[in-house]
Amino acid sequence: MHTRPKNNMAVIESEPGFAVEKIKADFPILSQKVNGHRLIYLDNAASSQKPQVVINAIAKYYQENNANIHRGLHALAERATSAYEHSRSRVARFIGGVNPEEVIFTGGTTAGVNLLSYSLGEQFIKAGDEILITEMEHHANLVPWVMLAKRKNAILKRIPITKDGLLDLTNLNELITNKTKIVALAHMSNVLGTINPVSEIAEAGHKRGAIVIADGAQAAPHMPVNVRELGVDFYAFSAHKMLGPTGLGVLYGRQELLETLPPFLTGGEMIREVYFDKITWNEIPHKFEAGTPPIAGAIAFETAIDYLERIGMDNIRRHEIDLTEYAIDKLSQINRLEIQGPLDAQIRGAAISFTDPKIHPHDISTFLDSKGIAIRAGHHCAQPLMRALGKVATARASLYIYNDADDVDALVEAIMEMRKYFGV
Amino acid sequence: MSHELDLMYRDVILDHYRSPRGRTPIDKSDFASEGHNPACGDDISLKVALDNGTVKSIYANCRGCAISTASGSIMAEILKGKTIDEAKVLATNVKQMLKGEEHEFTDNVGDIDALEGVKKFPVRIKCALLAWITLLEGIKNFQTGRSQEVAVISTESGDQ
Repeated sequence: MHTRPKNNMAVIESEPGFAVEKIKADFPILSQKVNGHRLIYLDNAASSQKPQVVINAIAKYYQENNANIHRGLHALAERATSAYEHSRSRVARFIGGVNPEEVIFTGGTTAGVNLLSYSLGEQFIKAGDEILITEMEHHANLVPWVMLAKRKNAILKRIPITKDGLLDLTNLNELITNKTKIVALAHMSNVLGTINPVSEIAEAGHKRGAIVIADGAQAAPHMPVNVRELGVDFYAFSAHKMLGPTGLGVLYGRQELLETLPPFLTGGEMIREVYFDKITWNEIPHKFEAGTPPIAGAIAFETAIDYLERIGMDNIRRHEIDLTEYAIDKLSQINRLEIQGPLDAQIRGAAISFTDPKIHPHDISTFLDSKGIAIRAGHHCAQPLMRALGKVATARASLYIYNDADDVDALVEAIMEMRKYFGV
Repeated sequence: MSHELDLMYRDVILDHYRSPRGRTPIDKSDFASEGHNPACGDDISLKVALDNGTVKSIYANCRGCAISTASGSIMAEILKGKTIDEAKVLATNVKQMLKGEEHEFTDNVGDIDALEGVKKFPVRIKCALLAWITLLEGIKNFQTGRSQEVAVISTESGDQ
C-alpha cells in the first residue's frame, strides 16, 4: 500500500509508470473543447473513451480483413476468424488464465446476465427455489433475476446494505439456504463504488451448492481480476467501459457448467447438426454465440486489453486509489455535499456519487456540462438502491486512467461556482 | 458563464425555484393528478379547486430539479382565475412551445416565456413539461367525469 501526502497532485502525476498526460494524449476525443472549456470526462462508469490504437484496430479490420468468421474458406474469412479467436484467448489470459472455451463473447454485461438467467433458469430453477442478489445491483443484474423468479415461481432474496454502503453480511448464513440455487452480485457497485467481497460470498454460496455469478462491469476495467481466485462460476463484463468498443461483452463460465447448460439465443453457428425434428448443439463457447458476433469489436478489444496491460492493472488500481482518495478528500471539504458509499479508497473504486441538499443532480450535471465537465446524474439504473439510500437521484463522477488531480480540482471548483450560480 | 445556460436558468426561473408558488395545501379539490419523471425521479402532485368553472386555488407540490420546480410554480401562478378550457389551451401551447412546435398564446402568459430557454437543452425538456402534462391529465379526468380518481401520468408514457 502506498503512503503519500494527500492533496499533492505532483505526487499522483509522478506515479511510476503512470503518466496521465501521456495516456491522455492517446485519446483523441479528450483534446476537444466542450462549451468553450477543456473536456473533462468523468463519466467513465457509464462508458470509457477509446485510445487511437483501438479506433485504428476497428478501422483496420474493416479496411483489410472484414469477413464472416468460422464459415468461409477464403483468406479474409480465415484472417477474421483467427483474429477473433486470438482475442478470445487474450481475454482468457486477462481474467486469470482460464480456458478460451470458457470465454463467451456477448453483446455486453446485460446480454451475459440475460443468457444466464435463461440458461440457468431452464436447467436449475423450479418453484420455491431461491435466488440471492444484493440491494446495490444495477438493473442489468437485477431485472433478469426478477423476471426469472416470476417465470419459475422462485423466491428472490437480497443482501441488504449498511448505512456506509457496504453489503451487510451479518445474516448471510440465513440468506443463503439449501434452496439457494443462484447467488448474483456486483463485483463493484456502479453507484457506491463499493468493492464487494466476492470470494467470501462465493465460498458461502458454494457451501450450499449455489451457482455464483459476479457482475464485473465496474470492476474488470479498473483492477486485476482473476475469476478463479474470486471463486465465481460466471463473470460478466463489458468492453466499452474498458477502452473497447460498444456492443461487446464477455461472459466467463466454468467449463463443466457451460457444457451442461442449454443455449440462450439459437440460430446459425451455435449448432452442429440441424434436422426439422432434431438439433445438436455446437461445442462451447460457440453454442452460446448464435449468429454473426460483433467481430470488429472483439478484435479491437484485444488491442484495448493490450493497452490496459501495458499500463498494468495493478498500476491502474493504485492510480485510482490515489485519485479517489484525493477526490473524496476534496469533495468532503465542500460544506453539506453528501458522498454516497464508503469513504475509504482502499475498499472502493473510482465511481463517486454525491448529492447536494439544495441542487438536483440534473441541475448539477447541466451546470458542470457548461464547464466542459461530463458527469452522470440520475438513478444510475439502480432504483432499488436509490430507495434504500433515500435518494431520487445522485450525481456521479467516475474516474479512469486519463483523469488526474487537475480534473478533480476543476470539478470541485465548478461545484463551488454552481452554488453561487443557483444561490441556494 | 455560458450564454445558453443563462437562457435556461433565467433569473425568473431561479426565483420560482428558490421560492416556489402553489405550495399551500388545499383541503378540497375538484380534481387531482400526479406526474412522474422516471428518468430523474422528479414528481409533482397537483390539486385544483374550482369556483364557478374557474380555477380558485391550486396546489402544485413539485419535488425535483430547478426546471421542473420552476415550471410547476409558474403554472400555479398563472392558472388562477382561468377557466378549465383556458387552462387546457394554455398547457397545450406550453407543450408545443417546449417541443419547438408552432403555438399561439392568446392569453396572459405570466412567466411562461421564461421556460423557452429550456428548448436548447433537449434532455431537460421533460423537466419543464412535467407540470403541464400532469395538469392536462387531471383536466382529462375531470372532463370525462372521473374527477374522483387521481390521474397519474409519466413523462415516459405515450405521446408526451
